[in-house]
Amino acid sequence: MSSYLTIKNLTVRLKNGAPILRAVSLDVAAGQVHGLVGESGAGKSMIGKAVLGTLPRALQVTSGEIWLDGVDLLSLPASERRRRIGATAALIPQDPLTALNPSKRIGPQITRRLVDILGWRKQDAEARALDLLGEVHIPDPARVMRSYPHELSGGMRQRILIASAFAAEPKLIIADEPTTALDVTVQKQILRLIGEMQARHNTALLFVTHDLGVVSKVCDTLSVLYAGKVVEEARMQRFFMRPIHPYSAALLAATPTYTNPDSGLTPVPQTVTDAVEREVREHDLRAGA
Amino acid sequence: MRDARGDVKRPIGLRLWLSGGWLTLLVLSAVFAPLIAPKDPLMQDLFLGRMPPFWMEGSEPGYFLGTDSLGRDVLSRMLYGARLALIVALVAGTITCVIGATLGLIAGYYRGWPDRIISRFVDIWMAFPPVLFAILLIAVLGPGLMSIIIAIVVIDWTRFARVVRAEAMSQGAMDYVASAQVAGRTRFGTMLTEILPNVLPTIVALLTLEMGIAVIVEAILSFVNLSISTDSPTWGGMISEGRTSVHQAWWVLVFPLITLFLTVLSFSQLGEGLKDRFDPVLR
Repeated sequence: MSSYLTIKNLTVRLKNGAPILRAVSLDVAAGQVHGLVGESGAGKSMIGKAVLGTLPRALQVTSGEIWLDGVDLLSLPASERRRRIGATAALIPQDPLTALNPSKRIGPQITRRLVDILGWRKQDAEARALDLLGEVHIPDPARVMRSYPHELSGGMRQRILIASAFAAEPKLIIADEPTTALDVTVQKQILRLIGEMQARHNTALLFVTHDLGVVSKVCDTLSVLYAGKVVEEARMQRFFMRPIHPYSAALLAATPTYTNPDSGLTPVPQTVTDAVEREVREHDLRAGA
Repeated sequence: MRDARGDVKRPIGLRLWLSGGWLTLLVLSAVFAPLIAPKDPLMQDLFLGRMPPFWMEGSEPGYFLGTDSLGRDVLSRMLYGARLALIVALVAGTITCVIGATLGLIAGYYRGWPDRIISRFVDIWMAFPPVLFAILLIAVLGPGLMSIIIAIVVIDWTRFARVVRAEAMSQGAMDYVASAQVAGRTRFGTMLTEILPNVLPTIVALLTLEMGIAVIVEAILSFVNLSISTDSPTWGGMISEGRTSVHQAWWVLVFPLITLFLTVLSFSQLGEGLKDRFDPVLR
């Protein structure tokens, strides 16, 4: 099984040197779904942003390699990298309410990439966009193409963003907490839709989330992050049966259950976080040496 | 799934009608001033000084709004004054807008060192007292239409730069900007196609406001005799002259004052009205 996205020892630091990602390595095979889980601030989203080249300006990649479809992105000049990413990867963003340009109609926002990067003719791009909107179960796609984002609900907008992400048949899609901003009932539909689209288009998917429940439904493999360090990389089934790292086990134990709603919340125990912190510090010392 | 918000047709409000109407009237009278002005605005007639407007006793036929102390027709001077006021409003307003908005857009979207340079510059600029600054500038450049326009641009570009910078910054943080970049847009392209359309409503509102302000600044400078040559008819100059004889001939002061007031008010109301219509969410 060949991997489509390979990250090797990726280190991202703040301009002042503080590490945000600590030598992260991971593999996503073509057509596979890889989950990235961790607490807030663990650096899950930053991995996606580093791959897509949209890191905030205060951050920079200080070392490591990002191989996308056999090319090390970080070795390319900026314009070439942007073109490659645009042609092979796409993003399903977290907040559908701010991810569409409010002053433009939906249609051009979907066809943009097809026309700009792949050089399609406008009519072809529009026909393709109509098909895609149908694929994500949007009723009356022709009318939606002419709508402005504010005329549509959050769930509709997320469907549009999914359609838009798949438009150019990318080989890799990064979904950055795609269901966090939606209500629970819509979440389930959107998850099912992403899974359905991913399987149909055979896309590699990097799925960023803090919700292990979501991971168990959509992912094949996953990485658990803590403080910008991968503490465990595992196949799905094995992870839920026998997590190896104590932090993974604690995280798994902290997931609330539906079956016993009165049991209260289980925090990750202090001893476990202390142990991981120690591990991270040791890593920093080794990296510094 | 159909949403009614897209179907709302908003009528052009009273505000837009009134302000637009007044400004149209003003533009027409400025353009056709030579045709409709009953008298030559510069013609003096010392025998006809301080004639009251037509409805008062002792008024002179042909001088509808009376004459000033040198016997010049107030109505004609106001019509010609509209020319200067509108030229200043349009030219100075537009140049100020283009310069300020461009710098603000760059600072707010690119951040980093361009932002640091532009923002510090704005901070320093705003520490100068604006009216003194303008007077100083005109003293150096010499009075004239160009000097007035330059003075207004130099004083007021910071207003645009600051507001547009803040707006561009908040738009730049939105996910759709990141999406555009992932889709292969250059940073410059993203700024023009994604950010600019979303700050445009704000720019339009500011532009019309600025036109009103330009009219006021011109009036202020005329008032202190630093505008265009003293006998060319400007509203500010008329107000300044009328002030000295307000007890004998109030009309010389009051008519240009009302015109000035209505014009500035119309500009700002037009801006508010247009902003709503430019904004896709409110439209």
